[in-house]
Amino acid sequence: MELTVVKERKNKQVEERSEKNVVYRTKNLNLWYGEHHALKNIDLDIYENEVTAIIGPSGCGKSTYIKTLNRMIELVPSVRTSGEITYRGRNIFDKSYRVEELRTQVGMVFQKPNPFPKSIYDNVAYGPRIHGIRDKKILDEIVERSLRGAAIWDEVKDRLHTNAYGLSGGQQQRLCIARCLAIEPDVILMDEPTSALDPISTLKVEELVQELKKNYSIIIVTHNMQQAARISDKTAFFLNGEVIEYSDTDKLFSNPDDKRTEDYITGRFG
Amino acid sequence: MGKLIDKQRVVQHMNGRLLRNNVLKFLFFLATLFGLIVLVVLLYRILTQAIGWLNLDFLNNFPSRRPENAGIKAGLVGSLWLMVIVAPVSLILGVGTAIYLEEYAKKNRFTDFIQTNISNLAGVPSIVFGLLGLTIFVRELNLGRSILAAGLTMSLLVLPVIVVAAQEAIRAVPNQLREASYGMGATKWQTIYRIVLPASIPGILTGSILALSRAIGETAPLVVLGIPTFLAYLPRGILDTFTVMPMQIYNWTSRPQADFQNVAAAGIVVLLVVLIFMNSIAIFIRNKFQKRY
Repeated sequence: MELTVVKERKNKQVEERSEKNVVYRTKNLNLWYGEHHALKNIDLDIYENEVTAIIGPSGCGKSTYIKTLNRMIELVPSVRTSGEITYRGRNIFDKSYRVEELRTQVGMVFQKPNPFPKSIYDNVAYGPRIHGIRDKKILDEIVERSLRGAAIWDEVKDRLHTNAYGLSGGQQQRLCIARCLAIEPDVILMDEPTSALDPISTLKVEELVQELKKNYSIIIVTHNMQQAARISDKTAFFLNGEVIEYSDTDKLFSNPDDKRTEDYITGRFG
Repeated sequence: MGKLIDKQRVVQHMNGRLLRNNVLKFLFFLATLFGLIVLVVLLYRILTQAIGWLNLDFLNNFPSRRPENAGIKAGLVGSLWLMVIVAPVSLILGVGTAIYLEEYAKKNRFTDFIQTNISNLAGVPSIVFGLLGLTIFVRELNLGRSILAAGLTMSLLVLPVIVVAAQEAIRAVPNQLREASYGMGATKWQTIYRIVLPASIPGILTGSILALSRAIGETAPLVVLGIPTFLAYLPRGILDTFTVMPMQIYNWTSRPQADFQNVAAAGIVVLLVVLIFMNSIAIFIRNKFQKRY
């Protein structure tokens, strides 16, 4: 009983926002890996030009959820879903929704930096090229703009045509962010983007996220609660495949409604 | 707390352990040496026999009844012709199969069944492929004892090896690269063409060239097809009949005249040089394009 009260209060808070700012609306989403029920009745609205953090202990379904948002989860065999996720009003599970189209709107940055074994330039130009842009001038401009957007231009501008594997881990991750910006997405999904980075690189990526939210909506999965508190506007707490609490980050970290959220953020488990 | 390990006994035990260590090291060295010695003896024997017979005339002459006039031209050119068929056919079919199995096919019983059969085919004796080629290509499709029939037979022979090599190379491409590509809205084919194939091409080519060198040295299936061993003209197209180096060598070794043994040795040297040349291409490609992840 108590849980539904909390849920209602949560929903009220959320509904104060106007409808058009909703980027993603998740309704009653369930997901199974074979027999394993990984996501249970997820309801979550994600808003424009905000940073939404998803926190929770390992195995709580946070990465699964974010990968569902661009349907990357379908690469895993034996995944089944029910319920719906609408992106800008269209159900992404619709038969008529082409997944390639969705992914040109929704970029993704992964846990481990994963540049292609190509030059820095070719890495960034990869997205535009697969979408059919061949004009060298336009490509040059996209590459420069994306690298500037990811705050890495000054470090790489003199070696655009050298292999991306020569960059440090932190630089590689910012290159991956630049590569993602190059497709001019609307939403950027980040799956623990700093977990493989040193503190200084982490800081740079966090600053970058703050900068990017002016133009993009960002959803970031993190296992680092301080990070969520520092950079996000809203935070969702996942536990065992359920959303336990979802509210403004300040509220969630200072005055959580649910006992389990409090236990988690104060470090009593997880 | 009392110690559970008696240091005294550890020290006593030490000598035995170290001795065993050295003995085994020696045994493994002997095993390596054995292969090396056999190879050196073989090469020495062949080279001493071939010397004096190996010259430009040998490369330029057709086979002859007189050993001093015999040459390997027909075999050398025939082997190259064979590659003209085998290389493209086996590469296209093999890499295509590997791409389908690794990238497209769902993992289920059926693909497991195909997989097991491909691995088994790689172990089927080559003479069986010869019989298959004789039935299908030579007789059923009426291709006769042509380069085309022999090339297709040899392609079947090396196909499983190429499929397995290409599959392994494709599997070695880290999944995170595919994810990055799909994540930007790339289609499967774009991902394969722009990411997977460039990253796996060194492995695919290395495996394929090694498979092709097997085809160059193979004799048994061609014997079954009835490829002639004594030809005094060159083929002009893929439907002409031809002969290959190993067949030629086989023919020379079965001649009664002692000098033909030396001619055969010279032929073997030419065959070995071609094989070494092909293998060094494989090594060159591997070193040049090898990428770290």
